[in-house]
Amino acid sequence: MTETRVHFYQVGSFAVGNRLLSDADRTVQASQERTNSLDAGHRACQGCGEALGARYALDAAMRATEGRLVAVNATGCLEVFSTPFPETSWRIAWLHSLFGNAPAVATGVAAAMRAKGRDDVRVVGQAGDGGTVDIGFGALSGMFERNDDVLFICYDNEGYMNTGVQRSAATPPTARTATSEARGPDPGNVFGQGKDLPRIAMAHDIPYVATATVADLHDLERKVERAMTFHGARYLHVLVPCPLGWGAASADTVRLARLAAESGFFPVFEAEHGVVTGVRRIRRRVGVEEYLRPQRRFAHLFAGEGRPDLVARLQALADANVERYGLAPEEE
Amino acid sequence: MLQQLEGSRAVAETVARCRPEVVCAYPISPQTHIIEAIGAMVKDGRLAPCEFINVESEYAAMSVSIGASAAGARTYTATASQGLLFMIEAVYNAAGLGLPVVMTLANRAIGAPINIWNDHSDAMAVRDAGWIQLFAETNQEAADLHVQAFRLAEALSVPVMVCMDGFILTHAVEAVDLIDQAVVDSFLPPYEPRQVLDPDDPVSIGAMVGPEAFEEVRYLAHLRQLDALELIPSVAEEFAALTGRASGGLVHPYRLEDAETVIVAMGSVLGTIKDAVDARREAGERVGVLGVAAFRPFPVAAVSDALSGARRVIVVEKAFSLGMGGVLATDVATASPASGPDLATVVAGLGGRPITRRDVEGILERSARGTLPRLSFLNLDEDVVARERARMAASRRSGPFAENVLRDVAAGGAHR
Repeated sequence: MTETRVHFYQVGSFAVGNRLLSDADRTVQASQERTNSLDAGHRACQGCGEALGARYALDAAMRATEGRLVAVNATGCLEVFSTPFPETSWRIAWLHSLFGNAPAVATGVAAAMRAKGRDDVRVVGQAGDGGTVDIGFGALSGMFERNDDVLFICYDNEGYMNTGVQRSAATPPTARTATSEARGPDPGNVFGQGKDLPRIAMAHDIPYVATATVADLHDLERKVERAMTFHGARYLHVLVPCPLGWGAASADTVRLARLAAESGFFPVFEAEHGVVTGVRRIRRRVGVEEYLRPQRRFAHLFAGEGRPDLVARLQALADANVERYGLAPEEE
Repeated sequence: MLQQLEGSRAVAETVARCRPEVVCAYPISPQTHIIEAIGAMVKDGRLAPCEFINVESEYAAMSVSIGASAAGARTYTATASQGLLFMIEAVYNAAGLGLPVVMTLANRAIGAPINIWNDHSDAMAVRDAGWIQLFAETNQEAADLHVQAFRLAEALSVPVMVCMDGFILTHAVEAVDLIDQAVVDSFLPPYEPRQVLDPDDPVSIGAMVGPEAFEEVRYLAHLRQLDALELIPSVAEEFAALTGRASGGLVHPYRLEDAETVIVAMGSVLGTIKDAVDARREAGERVGVLGVAAFRPFPVAAVSDALSGARRVIVVEKAFSLGMGGVLATDVATASPASGPDLATVVAGLGGRPITRRDVEGILERSARGTLPRLSFLNLDEDVVARERARMAASRRSGPFAENVLRDVAAGGAHR
């Protein structure tokens, strides 16, 4: 996809209507040729970021592979809401095995395709953050290390939403979950060392690692297409807000994803062979408070006298991201 | 042509002749020689287009197998002991999805205490997983069973586990007649899956099934096991017609004609038991052996028939259910004929403790005298046990009991 400098006429959303773009730059979703890989009728919540991200990612992967795709899914929301049999929302070849083994199952599918001389068939593994950064971590690292020909996509909604919003290793510090309640002197999730999967993936020197959000679906599609130009292990980490788990309005999913990126709290970048090759710079920087306030999981940071000390620590995390990746806005 | 071959090598050569398309494994003793040999053959290009995947855990080994099998590849792996337990979630999953993976289980004890030697605790731990479990008596049978295993698995869409005693078979060199490639090719047609991941015909596999259908789905899996009870003997007969070898089948009766006392067992110990029975037959005793070759599905009718004339049945097994007793024995009790023979369980060979011909003759003697208890542990050193029990009674902080027992045994309390 070629880069086109576009002037924005809408304020706040950064959204660009496809009509402003050349045909070549329009989204896969804008095309009637799209697969609808994850079709209508599934049981995701209103405003589900994961459903949005998965539809765009898989349709882009289907276009990139000309329909030669198999998807392997970990247990989780995406699996449960998409296959209430006898109905299935998947219009692609799709396999669900277990919670923690999707990367290894994907490896097996890819190996079988090679053995059968069907090298044209590509494999996508997908999981939520629990299936990626926690229970599937060993299998994912093994797949990376062997450089198996799999694109693994993590739809990160920062917690175990399918089981009722429990804490995962991707849950941000201070966030309230059902297992990190907003009580006591250190309310919500702990300030740990974090478990930055994109950087861990980069440390494996795999061909391609990228992050994206559902606020910039052009960018998400482009990264899927870019990933499909490589063979070997590839990793895409997509921030997908969860209205239920985050305590946010269904209509705010895209806005929250944008604020996560624009605050620097979620850095959007891509890397090839372990080296950062591109970042999506912040357009108009906001403080983390603007991102945190609309989410009830952070409400305890702002109730009563609030916890400006904790907000400051979260701001420091965002600042560190901005520094690390050079995300600061260009001078106008 | 008979060759002197290590059991692992015989299995590897036979699996290779089954033309697997994906092999993956994680090393664990005593399975290693099998996967090393297959890995070398793949490296040489001998098995092309076979893919060999070195995975990071047994959990991944079975998961890669699931993906490969679901994509239509003939898939093989091997494990043992802790490895089987580590992959157990995926072991159930492969069976639940109806994927015909074939796996060698080099039977080994389960810790703690850690122990690398042979018993059947690992196989018993996945008894209910939905796999066909076949037990090999010799290296020849272990090798032959793998050809039959692929045939059974693919015909029924059920995974098959070939159980062979760790070290006793895997590392023993015996005369083995490796099956000819042409025979395998005529016996084992290319794998035609019932369900497959194919972009040209996309299906969803692995959906959630709720209470409205779960029982039916599970019952269908049970029916496939019952189908296996029919197919296992017919496949073994067909194999025998091609090779002249009586490998596989449901049960292996030995000198059961007019036998009043029958020992039931599985695996390599059957050889020792047959030697003991031969000796007792020389002495005029009416004793026989029933080898259980297929543990899952359990051949209730075949066992019942075989035991119909017996007055005493002794199950010698290399595993037990703590707090209960024999595992195989429970199934044998279920299958026992209405005539109701006396049933005794002898737990033996745990963690690699040898079972000798003399031991088996001793069991038969005690049985004949009527002094064999319903449940006993062969060559159990009761002094050592009593000493540790006394220590535990005397002091709350009596320390780690396995280490205490080892110290006592080293000090001369060993059973022999």
